[in-house]
Amino acid sequence: MSELPQQLANGLILGAMYGLIAIGYTMVYGIVQLINFAHGEIFMVGGFGALSVYLALPTGTSLALALPVMLLGGIAVSVLVGIAAERFAYRPLRGAPRLAPLITAIGLSIALQQAIWKWYPDGKQARVFPQFKGRALDILGATVQRGDLFVLIAAPLCMIALGFFVARTRSGRAMQATAQDPDTAKLMGINTDRIIVLAFAIGAAFAGVAAVAYGLRTGEVQFRMGFIMGLKAFTAAVLGGIGNIYGAMLGGVVLGIAEALATAYVEDIPGMQQFGGGAWKDVWAFVLLILVLLLRPQGLLGERVADRA
Amino acid sequence: MTALLEVEDLRVAYGKIEAVKGISFTVESGQVVTLIGTNGAGKTTTLRTLSGLLKPSSGKITFDGKPLTGVAAHKIVALGLAHSPEGRHLFPRLTIEENLQLGAFLRKDKDGIEKDIQRVYELFPILGERRKQASGTLSGGEQQMLAMGRALMSRPKLLMLDEPSMGLSPIMMKKIMETIRELREQGTTILLVEQNAQAALTLADHAHVMEIGRIALSGTGQHLLHDESVRKAYLGED
Repeated sequence: MSELPQQLANGLILGAMYGLIAIGYTMVYGIVQLINFAHGEIFMVGGFGALSVYLALPTGTSLALALPVMLLGGIAVSVLVGIAAERFAYRPLRGAPRLAPLITAIGLSIALQQAIWKWYPDGKQARVFPQFKGRALDILGATVQRGDLFVLIAAPLCMIALGFFVARTRSGRAMQATAQDPDTAKLMGINTDRIIVLAFAIGAAFAGVAAVAYGLRTGEVQFRMGFIMGLKAFTAAVLGGIGNIYGAMLGGVVLGIAEALATAYVEDIPGMQQFGGGAWKDVWAFVLLILVLLLRPQGLLGERVADRA
Repeated sequence: MTALLEVEDLRVAYGKIEAVKGISFTVESGQVVTLIGTNGAGKTTTLRTLSGLLKPSSGKITFDGKPLTGVAAHKIVALGLAHSPEGRHLFPRLTIEENLQLGAFLRKDKDGIEKDIQRVYELFPILGERRKQASGTLSGGEQQMLAMGRALMSRPKLLMLDEPSMGLSPIMMKKIMETIRELREQGTTILLVEQNAQAALTLADHAHVMEIGRIALSGTGQHLLHDESVRKAYLGED
């Protein structure tokens, strides 16, 4: 049996990544009621953006020095792709039947994956992502790799910044208004097209941060990595209550911890030995989703759909 | 003197169904003009087109000397046209005060905004008492007060009110109508859409009766109030 603090730490690290990606699903859904299923790929290209920046730096540059620039590079690539997706793929379909943007999103996902596969140097294989050297740290009884500190610091900072933005700034207020009643927001003089772009951009920026965290944790980036991470993050967004930014982060952390605990402890339950271990963690994550949808369809922090006028 | 708002042969369609079939009217500065008529007459469609939420299929709208046709909705409020929509459409999870601040979204004069918020609270003291309350929790009448107050926050040259009395108790309806009278006396120009024809005609300098997308009858409020066909059709007299 593994130790509990270790499992909680693993879950928290993974969950923080899910949460950062989930923000993108939840913000876009909150404003245009669209599930941007290409968001996993927006995350993925951010990883390649950060890697490209690293490779462009002189060899031997220390990772600590390179990381801020890599982060900017990853965010920039994700944001550019996110904004382009909104502008060229989704905006022309506003007002179309809901199936149209959904299929577009799937098509966009495949296109982005294949673009990296085909055109990124050695993109057909996993590309090595730089790692922090040095011994792992011991934090409250858990062993934490140095690279994982990044997400443990970045995720809370991102959430604080986002919370401040939404609650305290003019654009944030405009975003709330647009989410609650887009036509009336226009009557107030709010350029709702701009707000929609902003929601895509913020979501993509968070995905870029998550991509750097993912690269640091797993030591690689590859063209398929957005699929399962995107699916998990979408699950996290629904779990937390889609449309709610704090719900997205909470859903991510709950999902990450649930996966970690299931991986470690399910096999100890008498009669369940064969359902434990890493191979089953995705199953447990989705079982959790189904349970939440049955017991609390609006999600952990979500509001009832009828309240959204 | 040219009119503040000039609508010429306006047509608006939802797909193939034409909801407004060529209407023309004007609103002069300082006037209260009302559009009355039954459900589906095209009154709300007309207002939504004036504020840019709907695109006209043809016709001309001139506001304060500038053409409005083709101007995006979020730019129209900046020209001085405010719209308090049918069904209030507040931002339900924002507080009263936040809703009012959004009404002044394009203004930069902080002191002026604060002063105008106080003015709304003077007009509707109940809103001041509950300023930190989410607007979705207000009663229908309070929501209507807030919707009107929010529209006033942009300091409009023309205030468009869509069905302000809808769904209100008689007492609340009276209060809202008194407020409109008060606003008129302060010099606010108002375009009022109402199903409550009696109240609207009593207030209006000028009135138009809409029937299935057309203006069937026009005149001063007093004139239409005493017109026999109007009395029969809209004031419930045999």
